[in-house]
Amino acid sequence: MLLLDRRGAKEETFTRIESAGESGGGSILAPFALIEEILAQHGDNRRIGVLVSNNVTADALEPYFDRLALIAVVFPSGTDGRGFSLARQIRRRGFRGILRASGPLFSDQFPQALACGFHEVEIPDANAARQPVEQWLAAANRVSLAYQRTHGAGENILDLRRRARLDGEAKDV
Amino acid sequence: MYAYDQFDERLVRERVAQFASQVERRLDGSLSDEEFRPLRLKNGLYLQLHAYMLRIAIPYGTLSARQLRQLAHIADVYDRGYGHFTTRQNLQFNWPKLKDVPAILGLLADVEMHCIQTSGNCIRNVTADHFAGVAHDEIEDPRPSAEWIRQWSTLHPEFDWLGRKFKIAVSGAPHDRAVLKAHDIGVQILRDPVTQQIGYQLLVGGGLGRTPMEGKILREFLPREELLGYLEAVLRIYNLEGRRDNKYKARIKILTHEIGIKAFRAKVEEEFARIDSTNFGADLEEFSRIAAQFAPPAYDNLPDVSRKLEVAQAGDEELARFVEHNLYRHKRKGYTAVTISLKAIGQAPGDATSLQMRVIADLAEKYSLNEARVTHMQNIVLPDVRLDDVPEIFAVLRENDLATANVGLITDILCCPGLDYCALATARSIPLAQTLSRHFADPIKQKEIGELSIKMSGCINACGHHHVGNIGILGLEKKGAESYQITIGGDASENFALGELLGPGLPEQNVPEAIDKVLGVYLALRQPGESFIEAYRRLGLAPFKAAFKEVADAVA
Repeated sequence: MLLLDRRGAKEETFTRIESAGESGGGSILAPFALIEEILAQHGDNRRIGVLVSNNVTADALEPYFDRLALIAVVFPSGTDGRGFSLARQIRRRGFRGILRASGPLFSDQFPQALACGFHEVEIPDANAARQPVEQWLAAANRVSLAYQRTHGAGENILDLRRRARLDGEAKDV
Repeated sequence: MYAYDQFDERLVRERVAQFASQVERRLDGSLSDEEFRPLRLKNGLYLQLHAYMLRIAIPYGTLSARQLRQLAHIADVYDRGYGHFTTRQNLQFNWPKLKDVPAILGLLADVEMHCIQTSGNCIRNVTADHFAGVAHDEIEDPRPSAEWIRQWSTLHPEFDWLGRKFKIAVSGAPHDRAVLKAHDIGVQILRDPVTQQIGYQLLVGGGLGRTPMEGKILREFLPREELLGYLEAVLRIYNLEGRRDNKYKARIKILTHEIGIKAFRAKVEEEFARIDSTNFGADLEEFSRIAAQFAPPAYDNLPDVSRKLEVAQAGDEELARFVEHNLYRHKRKGYTAVTISLKAIGQAPGDATSLQMRVIADLAEKYSLNEARVTHMQNIVLPDVRLDDVPEIFAVLRENDLATANVGLITDILCCPGLDYCALATARSIPLAQTLSRHFADPIKQKEIGELSIKMSGCINACGHHHVGNIGILGLEKKGAESYQITIGGDASENFALGELLGPGLPEQNVPEAIDKVLGVYLALRQPGESFIEAYRRLGLAPFKAAFKEVADAVA
């Protein structure tokens, strides 16, 4: 798996476990189905992350926001875009931890994932072999503007227009 | 017309470069074929039966003379000298080479055009009433709202990987010329009867295709500042909850149908309540900026009637017929909206040669405030014409095989490309449209039949809107042969209705006589002034079905 964010490749710090009995080391990434058990066993001394499928609702996740360090939304394929809307909801509802997209996304989707609120993307090795980190970073800013004020941290056209208008008015005075 | 500012321009240029990069990365193997396909489609590039097809966005059908000339230029240099205007007010080139596509996109960007989201599972090009801004019955020009939605939906990062395509249409008049009820979202501009405030009624879940459905009212009245936020809520619910297990059940119409409009509305309203409303004020500022670009032009004060046109008509029967059928009442005295039919007898519906495009561009520039509109009926409108100028326009049109006086008549056939081009088609549609056009060519006969729409699709996906044709024809493949099912009673207007099947499918050569039988019933039983669709509503299916059966039985 290749893990990367907008700065480049990064080290995985979470250990995946499949059952509450496994302890792993350090931070734990577990299926969302195990959340109650995991929190009961490790919630006091470990950083906890959950892997959620893209049909889990934000309602179901919201009660756990404060106790989770990571939510990894699984993309079963690159063309199944449910995870983008789920990410948007998770962030809008106040999740402050790391939000990860996990699955066979492709580099052209990187800016979309970031704009919807994902911090990082984790892709299978086979995909990473075709699309190394450099391609993902190049894709991130290929289109440098957006019409959507609500999505993404980059410059949006509405605010740029407004600023241009205000500048124009200032000059007219 | 809307003119790009530096930001619109930059975004389109960057999108062209992005597509060029995607092509390069497909060629060097970075992108798999499976990954590249949706990226190519989102930029309007299809692989058809014989070649690539490039679909160019014409937002809400509006074109300047300069844009039309550029399309003509592209047709000459990179295609075979013609283009095809579609039922979504777009233009398709049927023979471009893959290697030329980046160059074509560059030429389009030079005239503020692109192919963004003309295909793929994303929000498609927004359509609108082709008489926007000039119709006498209009509450508000729908183009500012359509442009506002276009910008909001362009490269929207959250809604680029939907379960299926998503189509939005806008109308600003009570008479629906944009087929709102067959769209994923229909946006009807209206005035609140109490406050007199202008806002929107939203329809959801309409569509044709293999499961035709009429759009239902999602919200009776939405204040303008809430439109984009509300659309965001609708799209988010659809993106999250629309079916992904079967592409034929993935449109929003299936979701709203399966959970019911009430449950769907509750989900949307709940999501909408969570949307950050602090952006609404800023959005309205943007709406005002856009609306200013569609401010009505400086019309002259003209008399209601044109003596010049009356005199010219008196001496020219063809002109008189053209005036009768191809002119639409303008909101300003002395002006008219002229529809140029791309349905000359025997022609492939919606096709225009590069020469014809240039002729129309010249006319738009000289006589129609530099603007032309593509209609979903696959014709072209000159929206702002002085009645006095109609004779000159008609003379030019006549020289260029563009003066057919058949708008709204039986030979104004709406038709998809069918098996002559399309990889999805199950039967040819263009040859049958041509046959029917010739069959009903006589203008006296056409006038006697009166207002009647034939709409034809070469497969179940219904690009030819056959469900909402007064007479609908669906081409299918049956035991290795083409077979055409005929429905009647469909209506694309505010009186939306889906057609009903007359009987079994017929071979191509029997379709004209079957339609003759149907028309025979209408002509025999109609009351004075009653159109075909009105007669059908009064009489019901039975008498038409009985007449059709004679043909079907003879064939079987």
